[in-house]
Amino acid sequence: MTTLPQSTDKKLGLVIDLDTCVGCHACVIACKEWNTGGYGSALSDQQPYGAEPEGSFLNRIHTFEIVPEGGEVIDQSADSRVVHFPKSCLHCEDAPCVTVCPTGASYKRAEDGIVLVDEDKCMGCGLCAWSCAYGAREMDISAGIMKKCTLCVDRIYNETIPEVDRIPSCVRTCPAGARHFGDLGDPQSDVSILVAERGGFDLMPEQGNKPTNKYLPPRERKPLSDAVNTGFEAANSDNVGDATGFFGWIDKTLSKGSNNSKVGEE
Amino acid sequence: MHPAYSVIFFTTLTGAGYGLAALLGFGLADPTMLSAKLGYFLALGLITVGLLSSTLHLGNPKNAIRAFSQWRSSWLSREGVLAIVTFVPVTILAYTNIFMDMHIGWLGWVSAVLSMMTVYSTSMIYASIRTVNLWNTWLTSASYLLFSNAGGAVILTALLALFEGGSGDMPKIAIVALVVAWIAKWFWNKRQSEGYGGSTMATATGLGHLGKVRLLERPHAMENYLTREMGFRVARKHAAKLWNIAVLMGLLVPAVMLAIAFGLQGSTTAILLSVIAVITHMIGMLVERWLFFATAKHAVSLYYGDTALDVK
Ligand code: SF4
Ligand code: SF4
Ligand code: SF4
Repeated sequence: MTTLPQSTDKKLGLVIDLDTCVGCHACVIACKEWNTGGYGSALSDQQPYGAEPEGSFLNRIHTFEIVPEGGEVIDQSADSRVVHFPKSCLHCEDAPCVTVCPTGASYKRAEDGIVLVDEDKCMGCGLCAWSCAYGAREMDISAGIMKKCTLCVDRIYNETIPEVDRIPSCVRTCPAGARHFGDLGDPQSDVSILVAERGGFDLMPEQGNKPTNKYLPPRERKPLSDAVNTGFEAANSDNVGDATGFFGWIDKTLSKGSNNSKVGEE
Repeated sequence: MHPAYSVIFFTTLTGAGYGLAALLGFGLADPTMLSAKLGYFLALGLITVGLLSSTLHLGNPKNAIRAFSQWRSSWLSREGVLAIVTFVPVTILAYTNIFMDMHIGWLGWVSAVLSMMTVYSTSMIYASIRTVNLWNTWLTSASYLLFSNAGGAVILTALLALFEGGSGDMPKIAIVALVVAWIAKWFWNKRQSEGYGGSTMATATGLGHLGKVRLLERPHAMENYLTREMGFRVARKHAAKLWNIAVLMGLLVPAVMLAIAFGLQGSTTAILLSVIAVITHMIGMLVERWLFFATAKHAVSLYYGDTALDVK
């Protein structure tokens, strides 16, 4: 049924921290590993060992560089930075991918808000992928069926696996703790509090999809030029007079038998 | 957007077919005439071939029958349902026209209205897609409907010229229909400059407050479904050339041919020119429909750095 539920009991989704994501793609691989053997047909690869390998993935990491006004290249302007940007289905409240589906294959669950594709009904027309602004749906080239993030619906309620594993595969895997899973409909949930505290935001709110998943902005950073007295700077300059701690100790030790040479001077 | 030939043929052929069915429904050809009979035959043929062509791009056509089920929310489903419903009056009228020399006035109106509703649903499949700003306008529906009528008028003119020894006022009607349709299309095409509407790389990433956002690395080294399907975009200079070809073939040549044919009513030259008008118009429409897809930008391109997908 491709009309959307009026409201859902829960709003399960992900909160992704753009400050801590290191762009390792571990979540991409964990997602593929779980979902190629789980819900629905496999996530096929084309020419996996050939000249132009490609395949279906439900989660992908883009990497952006952000250059403040006046800067041309990274680092020219103090606050420029690189942001790794994981992207998967945002399980939108007003999901256009559901309403456009002619077959009833795409649907949003009234109990938890998860958006799924019933593969037995999908005819592979691709219209749902057209309607998604986020590129969250990919047609599997081998199966001719639409694939998308299931929020690991076959893990999160799965009582045959240890409780600690009953979260989406990407969240379980992330080594940086950049991915969080929970009920964004409950203002008291950990994820809702995190979103409130860190100023979590929606992607392309102007598209009117009301995404459930939220993104946490990169934290404020001190400009690099403020960082003169870090160990890194000390080790690379003559100015080690007031270096303290570990670098201070190295400096003192190395300076002992030599009066005219300091670290960093060759 | 990737211009799939199956969908290009689907929209152009059904467009002309429904346009012709609508004009015949309005009673623009006497049922005793051979051109009315052949007209129905042709309309049904164009619609059927077009609809069959639309199934060619499905990844899993065995579930196509389910596409009739979600008419409450989906324009693609509505289009399917209306296409089937429209077959009923058009087929009955084809029967009465061909075998009984008879037109049923009220059923003709039903047939015409349903034909236009079907074309409208086709147009809404595209016009309702918010991610493709170029399509997301009532002008998409306006141009689909007007092109459908223009195509029908050009075909009917040729049929009348071929089999009735003259097409009366039909060439004039066809020329007006062509001009009006291309005016709507011209306004539609002007919207190219609006890009993605309100969406930018800043809103796509939510990082605009930090500075200018640029793509540093794509998520995948090779192509994927998204870059092929949504990332396709014809180079601007080719688009401009093709637009000129579409206007020339779709509007100017057929309009001039029909004007001359009108002056030379009844002559062999008039017949020949009317037929050429149909052929050139259909070629122009195929180019127009190719551009409809190939010049449309999808919001997901913003995650690929916008310009990264420009050159194809
Ligand atoms: S992110 Fe895309 S696929 Fe997921 S619910 Fe929203 S519109 Fe649908
Ligand atoms: S590809 Fe499948 S899920 Fe998507 S709109 Fe078509 S039938 Fe529905
Ligand atoms: S696993 Fe975590 S850190 Fe690595 S790319 Fe995914 S979200 Fe980022």
